Amino acid sequence: MSVLVTLWLSLVMIMALLVAAGVFTWVERRGLGFFQERLGPNRVGPFGFFQWIADTVKLMFKADEVPPGGDRLTFRIAPALAATPVLAGFAVVAVAPGWTLAALDVGVIFILAMLALTVYAMVLGAWASRNRYAMLGGLRAAAQMLSYEAFFGLSLMGVVMLAGSLELGAIVAAQEGLWFVALQPLGAALFAIAGIAAAHRLPFDLQESEQDLVAGFMTEYSGMSFALFFLGEYLAVLLVAALATTLFLGGWLGPWLPAPVWFGLKTGLLALAFIWIRAVLPRPRYDQLVAFAWKAALPLALVNLLATGAVVVLKGGA
Amino acid sequence: MTEMQSPPRLAAPDAAPDAAPETAAAVRQALGPRVIAEQETGEGVPVLWIAPGDWVEAHRVLRGMERPFTLLADLWGIDETARHHRAGQPASGVTVASHLISPERNADVRLKLACDAAAPVAPSVTPVYPGANWYEREAFDMYGVRFEGHPTLRRIYMPNDWDGHPLRKSHHARATETPPFRMTPESFAETEAANTIDPAELGLPTERDGVELMTLNLGPHHPSTHGVFRIVLGLDGEEIVWAWPDLGYHHRGAEKMAERQTWHGFIPYTDRIDYLGGVISEMPYLLAVEKLCGIEVPERAQCIRVMLSEFFRITSHLLFYGTLAQDTGAMSPIFYMFVDREKAYKVIEAITGARMHPAFFRIGGVAMDLPTGWDGLVRDFLDWMPKRLDQYEGMVMRSELFQARTRGVAVYDAGTCLKWSATGPHLRAAGMPWDMRKLRPYSGYEKYEFDVPVEEAGDIYARTRVRVEEMRQSLRIIRQCLERMPEGPIKADHPLAFPPPRERTLHDIETLIHHFVGTGWGTRVPAGEATGQVESARGFTQYSIVSDGEGGSYRTRIRTPSFANLQPIAEVAPGMTVADFIMYLASIDHVMSDVDK
Repeated sequence: MSVLVTLWLSLVMIMALLVAAGVFTWVERRGLGFFQERLGPNRVGPFGFFQWIADTVKLMFKADEVPPGGDRLTFRIAPALAATPVLAGFAVVAVAPGWTLAALDVGVIFILAMLALTVYAMVLGAWASRNRYAMLGGLRAAAQMLSYEAFFGLSLMGVVMLAGSLELGAIVAAQEGLWFVALQPLGAALFAIAGIAAAHRLPFDLQESEQDLVAGFMTEYSGMSFALFFLGEYLAVLLVAALATTLFLGGWLGPWLPAPVWFGLKTGLLALAFIWIRAVLPRPRYDQLVAFAWKAALPLALVNLLATGAVVVLKGGA
Repeated sequence: MTEMQSPPRLAAPDAAPDAAPETAAAVRQALGPRVIAEQETGEGVPVLWIAPGDWVEAHRVLRGMERPFTLLADLWGIDETARHHRAGQPASGVTVASHLISPERNADVRLKLACDAAAPVAPSVTPVYPGANWYEREAFDMYGVRFEGHPTLRRIYMPNDWDGHPLRKSHHARATETPPFRMTPESFAETEAANTIDPAELGLPTERDGVELMTLNLGPHHPSTHGVFRIVLGLDGEEIVWAWPDLGYHHRGAEKMAERQTWHGFIPYTDRIDYLGGVISEMPYLLAVEKLCGIEVPERAQCIRVMLSEFFRITSHLLFYGTLAQDTGAMSPIFYMFVDREKAYKVIEAITGARMHPAFFRIGGVAMDLPTGWDGLVRDFLDWMPKRLDQYEGMVMRSELFQARTRGVAVYDAGTCLKWSATGPHLRAAGMPWDMRKLRPYSGYEKYEFDVPVEEAGDIYARTRVRVEEMRQSLRIIRQCLERMPEGPIKADHPLAFPPPRERTLHDIETLIHHFVGTGWGTRVPAGEATGQVESARGFTQYSIVSDGEGGSYRTRIRTPSFANLQPIAEVAPGMTVADFIMYLASIDHVMSDVDK
């Protein structure tokens, strides 16, 4: 019985997330229009709200070809690999006390693993496309993932030490008095940077970088395969925002409003910050980015970890 | 207040107009007996015919003389076979002409070489002026002149399997003069094979340190080549080992068209040479035509011309600014700048009736007088623009990420620019205050107060800074136009000024006949040769015109800045990453129609 319930809830959650990702594309396009002195989509429905539905329908009917010489099977599998791990990652997110599909005791690690898996989508998609721009994009994706994954995990270990748990619900519960962003400002900053990189968003969208690589790893993709890559990206944004909310912003904690509303509000605002950053920042060069990851971010994350560890040990906790 | 990295400096204060007579004497003395004839023109520039055996040596002498001619501004061909008026010139079938400039003297000299009509051969001057490389390829492509000693004498615009040389008088000008075109699978395959670029054939390496290089076709359809431009890259990872620019995808044969149009009818084409420059490229063409006709343009028309040119300089630079920022990944600035461009186009539209390609200048003046209320529109723009430029300082120029992408990237000095004939913001960003508006004022530029912004670094950031400051200077010039717009006629009272005043065509038969004949057959511009030079948004633009006394041009040579500005690519690109190369391309600010003509 409980399996059926979980399955049912999973289905509801997946549907909700797909809609959320669709709505998020609309929010992003309206938001960017607002930031850029232009209108953005405003024809379909009120404020163009149904644009994302129109686009989805359009994408479903678009030709979806495998390029000549491409690896057919891998080419088809890659887009699915972009979206499914991220969806799976949401399973451990705790929206309110007890509101989680799977209260894994390694929840944080699970999400990190799921986000890291998306790089396979890029590398395989790039390789299967038999396109040189895609190839360069795939190589960048792999190098960037290696550089960022290292301090992505380390940046949030401070929080894990303070909370004494890897389970998302427990981490939120540990912030009852003070949000971890106050105790771990450096960790939060590093997490934000790595989070953007993990979601492959500007300024860390080098594997896609349309100015030099046309569309990078997904140059050859069209139709729903293309849409799946985008779905993966938008879902990753939401997942990273949800994770940041959980780890640093006290999750569902907040006065007056019900817990899930607080969680949604915080996640939504963080997701908006992604859009804002995209509107504002230029993109660093690939080697500058990798150098920053290894030479600045990783040492800082280690220092943060050591300092947190020292404090925790001295206070006799954990 | 705006913060500036370094204050723009004035051009050399003694930027006196032409030192022509003195230079002409020095050149004559230096060349001595190598000159076989001196051509009488109204150019104000010595035009010297050189003996075939001395062609390269003459260039070497001028390149090496005191205060040397360091810039080969242009090199082109003239098919003389159908020309009637060439009294006093040596016999020639195809003439090769080169235009040299000495920045130190602020003076020019033009050399000419007579070649055979059937099988023209000329020695290559690339050993003296590397920048002649593409120009000689162009002359080979267009006239079939074989340049002996040229490193890679290949066609530059036309496909490799093209039959004939388009600018020869014997070559057809329109597709309807040839049998219908049929594409068969075989002919398609042949054309494709003929135009495939084989690195080995070009002497480019296929491997480095035993590792095979990846050949990457950047373009002709690529979001960041800024037009249909193809660069074949040899890559080791993301590092560029060699770059081979391939031109011609935007070639429309504008110079051939000029030979088919009336003098007046070619004006709209000039707008489309540098399609972002609008009226700016009408100016050199008309300066040349008016020089041939002996027309003095009235002051009001001159002022209107200057004002519109500066408006277009701003819209062009704004597009550069936005696309450069976009190529770093900053997606917002371009949208803001399009809003500004829209404001400028509103003013341009009110004055000219058109937006990007107004074709507004006329032989002897401009098409229409300024509309009522123009001053209010211009003033609004002048109030709007400076504070926007201040915002962009923070949005783009002071952004650390932007600086990380642009400072110290794609650096080259003034020597490299001159070597490859690159001009305009490239020279000014490398410390050389070389601006035609200051050095050789035309259309009354000497009456305006403005500075020539100069930077020293020669990198992408410096080139951006130069253009940003140029926009401020353009605003200064526009303000002065607004404040001092002279009263008076907008077209010269001259029989060759065209079209004749509309109101008079309906009153006297003489003017009506002039209008009728001029519209049908074209105004007859006196035979001769003349040159118009301007500083366009992209650099040094020169129209060298030959009139044979007909209703249309005999030869219109268009020296566009974008063409030469691309030439340093092969030298500058190696060692860059692909991402930096994209930035470098953006900082060239080329317009492909201005490259391919």
